[in-house]
Amino acid sequence: MAAVASAGGPEELAGALMTPEQPRAHWRRSHTVARPNYIAGVFALVWLVIVLAPVYVLVKGSLQNQAQYTASGPLSVPGQLTTANFALVFQQGFLHFFLNTAIITVAVVAIVVVLVPPLAFAIVRNRSAVVTVVFRVILLGLAVPIVAVIVPIFYLISKAGFYDTLPAVILPTAAFSIPLSTVVMTGSMRDITTDMYEAMAIDGASSWRIFRSLVLPLSRGGLATVIIFSALNAWNGFLFPLILTQSASVRVFTLGLYDFTTANAVDAPAVCAAVVLSVVPILVVYLLARRALIRGLMGVGGK
Amino acid sequence: MTTLTPSGRTGRNSGGARIGRPSFLWSMPAITFFALFAIVPLGVVAWLSFTSWDAIGSPHWVGTANWSAMFSDPIFLKSFRITALLTALGIVTQTPVSLLIGVWAAGPQRNRGILSALYFIPLLMSSLAISVVWVSLLNPYFGLPHELHAVFGGGLFNDGFLFSSPTTAIGVLTFVGMWQWTPFHTLIYQGGARAIPDVLYQAAAIDGAGRVRQFFYITLPQLRNTMMTSIVLMLVGGLTTFDTILVLTQGQPGTSTTSAAYYMYTKAFQSFQFGNASVIAVVLAVFTTLVSLVVVRVSGWDKMRSTQEGV
Repeated sequence: MAAVASAGGPEELAGALMTPEQPRAHWRRSHTVARPNYIAGVFALVWLVIVLAPVYVLVKGSLQNQAQYTASGPLSVPGQLTTANFALVFQQGFLHFFLNTAIITVAVVAIVVVLVPPLAFAIVRNRSAVVTVVFRVILLGLAVPIVAVIVPIFYLISKAGFYDTLPAVILPTAAFSIPLSTVVMTGSMRDITTDMYEAMAIDGASSWRIFRSLVLPLSRGGLATVIIFSALNAWNGFLFPLILTQSASVRVFTLGLYDFTTANAVDAPAVCAAVVLSVVPILVVYLLARRALIRGLMGVGGK
Repeated sequence: MTTLTPSGRTGRNSGGARIGRPSFLWSMPAITFFALFAIVPLGVVAWLSFTSWDAIGSPHWVGTANWSAMFSDPIFLKSFRITALLTALGIVTQTPVSLLIGVWAAGPQRNRGILSALYFIPLLMSSLAISVVWVSLLNPYFGLPHELHAVFGGGLFNDGFLFSSPTTAIGVLTFVGMWQWTPFHTLIYQGGARAIPDVLYQAAAIDGAGRVRQFFYITLPQLRNTMMTSIVLMLVGGLTTFDTILVLTQGQPGTSTTSAAYYMYTKAFQSFQFGNASVIAVVLAVFTTLVSLVVVRVSGWDKMRSTQEGV
């Protein structure tokens, strides 16, 4: 690995970007440092401006009053700043929506963390035809689109009497986090060598003991990715709450944001403030757990 | 759980190899839970497509009435053409940008890490938040088209009223999709490009190949699998785009941005014709299942298992 690895620097991020399964390519520093890739660099900078411009408008707009925003336009340099928009957003009950989203997120993560590691363990270590079929179902499940099953889920949830409750959102959200989480967890468990399994098996360890004292400790990285990924999914979820809830008492943040913008479409600064509030918690998680998040998102691509 | 549970009866494996291996029961809680919310509904939606239901009372059997109604519905057929168009535009616009930035970001430039971190910002936002931001930004009266009237004033941008003409509305959906998804695919390409062995570039450099030739003769062929995976993910995502359309265009103007997923939503939850909506859902599910079979084949996810077999 190259020398310039300072904490939090680019090299750390680059290290985090490598999936564990990938063979490490040698650093190309030797021959490319002499000729930086200017064309691609300029191109990347242009795209960066496109990415950051709305982010700038978002943050700046959330701190302006409506008259100012409308008069001077989204890109203008702000004059006076105000926090009135955030106050307005909180008056609409967003604190309560936050709480609902948080409950859903924690419950979804709990379900996924309990169910997925045993499943992944069976997929990696059990050779029976049943488990082969199970794994194929999970892989097919990766591509079962939520929109295609939202009508029957609405039907089933209504029949079960869960309509307009938090479990109505929690259960399907957790179920649809399982396929990707399983792919990540099996990838992580496959890195444990056969020798280690065999050593424990020779000592007469039961599968429960192997799971608890070998598999779980050594697949912590994968588990962290799964937690962050399913949390992000639950936090940003919109379709299940839209279809399966109705009352303000169980409203989640994304749905509150949707209702708020439908009702206050012309109040751009208030909309900006609501969006900023929805992103801040994720931004905090991102800064704390950047490695696991990026590794997880990248694991989706396979090789 | 002990090794005396059904793992001992799985047959094919004999001898000490099965000691300490988990029985298939370990997979059952998760797969049961998953099947209940993802596989069972696929069966239920197929049944609902042959019934009439308005969310009150019970569905009653109407045979193939929904199917013949939907297949003679011009909006239904058009919605699948629009879905195909939006998906194709997504692939064509996102692939070159994420390929170039991904390959660049895999290189050794200084500050690249910081730049990469900034690229990920859209990944953290819900598609709802992203759509809400762009609706506000592209508002013809107080958004960018108003402030940058010199740019948006022409006929190309429909005089700034981007949501009022079919062409510009499709353009907006494509651009917002690009803004939202390019970082994700950049990450995939970055991972792929990092795994290309350095010796290939060294050999090419010795042979006098320039950067452009290296890109076309080494990078691109080496990224073939990565590219397939990325494109297939774009396909599945594009076929089911819903929330962006709900917030940005509501399928308008007319029905010119009414994708299949959005049409299904309006049929079910605005017109309460759940039978008709189920027909659309079944057709969508068939399409995405076909695509997902390709995912499994192309990505090699199913082969990951076979590398462990016989160990």
